[in-house]
Order: sequence, then structure tokens, then C-alpha cells
Amino acid sequence: MVTAVTSFGRSGLYDWLIQRVSAVVLAAYTLFIAAFILNTPEMTFAVWSELFGTLYMRIFSLLALLSIAAHAWIGLWAVLTDYLTNRLMGAKATVMRLIAQMVLGLVTVTYTVWGIEILWGF
Amino acid sequence: MKKNRPVNLDITTIQLPITAFVSILHRASGVVLFAGVAVLLWALENSLASEEQFNALKTTLNNPLCQFILWATLAALAYHMVAGIRHLFMDIGIGETLEGGQNGAKIALFVAFIIIAALGVWIW
Repeated sequence: MVTAVTSFGRSGLYDWLIQRVSAVVLAAYTLFIAAFILNTPEMTFAVWSELFGTLYMRIFSLLALLSIAAHAWIGLWAVLTDYLTNRLMGAKATVMRLIAQMVLGLVTVTYTVWGIEILWGF
Repeated sequence: MKKNRPVNLDITTIQLPITAFVSILHRASGVVLFAGVAVLLWALENSLASEEQFNALKTTLNNPLCQFILWATLAALAYHMVAGIRHLFMDIGIGETLEGGQNGAKIALFVAFIIIAALGVWIW
């Protein structure tokens, strides 16, 4: 058996579960932010920065950031292994896919570090 | 397996049923959203940096091009989330039949359309 070495959890079952757990975290985060904005009559810097200054919001935001990283990797892996294939792209497909995955991995790490800097940098 | 058996995987010759349409949009919105994360992080950074930058961000978001980029990002997020919630329902066994899948696809499109329209009203 050939194992999928570039998938996130190294097995389809792990990826399946991680994709769903991260999806629930991201949906909860999105709905929370939306509810907070809709329930704030006038959004000011004081109200907004007070929210993100709390420990629970930093933990929730960090969870969301890590969920984005895992969720995006699994999703983009599925896209790339569908389209950058030998059937569609010829013999160079595997090299192209690995290069694309390295670039996407770099962007993902950048997002994560950038997000942490934002959360703890103010 | 015979190598010369006929295959038709040229999807441009196949009319997409509504479930496939919802599925490919889910995928496309996910790819858009990966770029959209940069927009959202940029906005978050400016909104938290200082009071001046917070107010400057509000002014920037009066620019029609910025409003459109924000709307496109939030539209992708709204659609991706609604289609994702449909998936979670199917994971627990709701809407898994052919008819259920088609109904779920219609509901997802309808709900996403309402949210995306509301986002447009909110931004402009």
C-alpha cells in the first residue's frame, strides 16, 4: 500500500475528522464575531480592542488560526491531488504539485505567525 | 483492466446537477477563502494596531474597491460555511438520499444567497 505522504493527518480518516473538527471551530468563531458585531450599536476601537485583549478571545482566535491552517491544508491537498495529476498535466504533475504544496505551506505558516503576532502584539 | 476502455471524464460535456454545482462552488469558495484569509488578517491587524489605524481602516472601507474585496471575501466565507454545514448534516445522516441531497443543495443556495445579499446591504 502506498501511503499519502503529503496529506495532513497521513490517513484519510484523520483528515476527515480534522476537517470536521476545524470546520466546527471556524463556524463557531465566525458566528461569534458576527453576533458580536451585530450586537454592538457603535463599534469603537475601545470596544473592539477590549474584546481581543481578553484571554478567552485570544485562545479562541488562536484555535481558529490553527484550524484555518489544518483545514486549508487538507482542502487544498484535495484540490491539488484532483487537478495536478498525471492524467491532466502529464509526467511533470507530481513535481508541480509538490512545488505548489510547498508554496501553500509557506503561506499557511505565514498566516499563522502573522496571526499570532497580531493577537499578542498589541 | 483494459487500458483502451472508453472514459468520459470531460466534465465540460456533462451538465452539472444542482448537487454538483453546490459542490464545485464549495471548492471554489474554499480556494478564494484561502486568499481571503490575508484580507481578514490585514483588517484585523489594522483594527487592533491603534485607535488612529482603527479609524483609518473605517475610512479605507469606504473605498468602493475595498468594499468589493471585503464583500467577495465575506461572500466566499458565508457560502463555504453554509455548504459546510450541509456536509455536517449529511454526516449525521440527514439529506443523504438523492432527493434529500437535491433539497439540501437548494436550501444551501437559498440561505447563502440571503446572507450574501445581507452582507452587501451591510457593507454599502
